[in-house]
Amino acid sequence: MSKQKKGFVLCMVAAAVMLVVSLLLPAAPKGETVQEAMRDAVLHESNRIDLFGKEVNPGLISAMTVSGILLVVAACLRIFVIPRFQYVPGRLQLLLEELVGLFDRMAKSNSPERNGFLGAYIFGAGVYIFTGTIFELFGLQAVTTQGHSIALPAPLSDINAAIALGCLSYLVILSGGVASNGMRGVGRTLKEFSLPISMSFRLFGALLSGLLVTELVYYYTALSYVLPVVVGVLFTLLHALIQSYVLTTLTSLFYGEVSEHSASEGKKSKKQKTPQAQNA
Amino acid sequence: MNVPLNIDWQQILLHLMNFAILAGGLYLLLYKPVKQFMAKREAYYQGLADQAADKLREAEALKADCQAKLDASDEEIRQKKAKAQHDAQVAAEQQLDDAKVQAQRILADARQEAERDRQKVMSDARQELKDLVTDAAEKLARGTGSDAFDLFLDLAEKGPDHEKK
Repeated sequence: MSKQKKGFVLCMVAAAVMLVVSLLLPAAPKGETVQEAMRDAVLHESNRIDLFGKEVNPGLISAMTVSGILLVVAACLRIFVIPRFQYVPGRLQLLLEELVGLFDRMAKSNSPERNGFLGAYIFGAGVYIFTGTIFELFGLQAVTTQGHSIALPAPLSDINAAIALGCLSYLVILSGGVASNGMRGVGRTLKEFSLPISMSFRLFGALLSGLLVTELVYYYTALSYVLPVVVGVLFTLLHALIQSYVLTTLTSLFYGEVSEHSASEGKKSKKQKTPQAQNA
Repeated sequence: MNVPLNIDWQQILLHLMNFAILAGGLYLLLYKPVKQFMAKREAYYQGLADQAADKLREAEALKADCQAKLDASDEEIRQKKAKAQHDAQVAAEQQLDDAKVQAQRILADARQEAERDRQKVMSDARQELKDLVTDAAEKLARGTGSDAFDLFLDLAEKGPDHEKK
């Protein structure tokens, strides 16, 4: 039997032993019912965290932690990696270039006329959503105001974070319309008045559903074996990828649509150009 | 006012501020420098590509120039070859004409020479006949008729050799 097969069999045996032991041992008394746990995951009525004297949702602490980690990593990359970039890239350089190039290309393809600010925005949003969603896998602990220990959730599973990002994306789209078409751009953007709500609740719903499923799975001891590999890891990775892609694509698509010059302006500019061309 | 889903405007603003700081930091620390580097590398390779294109254009121009020179040389060679062939043909025709003229002259000379020889032979033969007749007449005049006639016939049969003996 090869070493890989032996290792696999040993892991399976160890998992089975732990499953049996956990089922045989008496369960610890639950502090809250599954209904309470899931309701609190949505509404954050009880498990709140103190932030400089104000009680806030755990999602805000997660958001700040994610931002801090990302900024530190970005600063380290800026200081130690980017100055050593070569014309023939290594693995890390290739990863960074591909990451930046992905959002840059997305901005250019969806909004050919105006994409400088859009590229930077969707880069930040995409990285934030992806990292924030992955963040819940690490299970960093925080202490609530009631003295309980909770695992920090994904920032966007907090409705406030989702509303903030959805509305900010809408404002970015609006700014693109104003910058390109003035008041006509405002009109175009206001036509999509449901966009901030749909964006916010799409993010919130998608990430909250992941959070609820995870809460449910981990609430029962018997479900905490094997199943989290699929539910906890694969679903979270899928969520991270899909939600990053969806929000950035929607933002860049709408941005491109409202910042596109209208057909009448195009005709006017053509008319202006035509006599010049004839004179030339 | 009791906002549904416990929406807290203050926390929304905190999230906005948090994301604005994050997006700005990521832009300054990662997005902008990486894009600048990519643009610099693109410009570098674009420069190389432009240089290569320039060199290719120069090489193509040089090739066209060389081809034109080769074509001109071929044309010159062809003209010179044609001229040489023409000159050779003219020279050959000239030589042929000279040879014909010379041959005609030689033929005319030969004819004249032959005519002269014939005239000379004829005159010699006449002279000899005269001499023979004269001798024969003299001998006839000296001897008998039948003997003289026989002698004449004998001398005539022997021909001009009888004088050498």
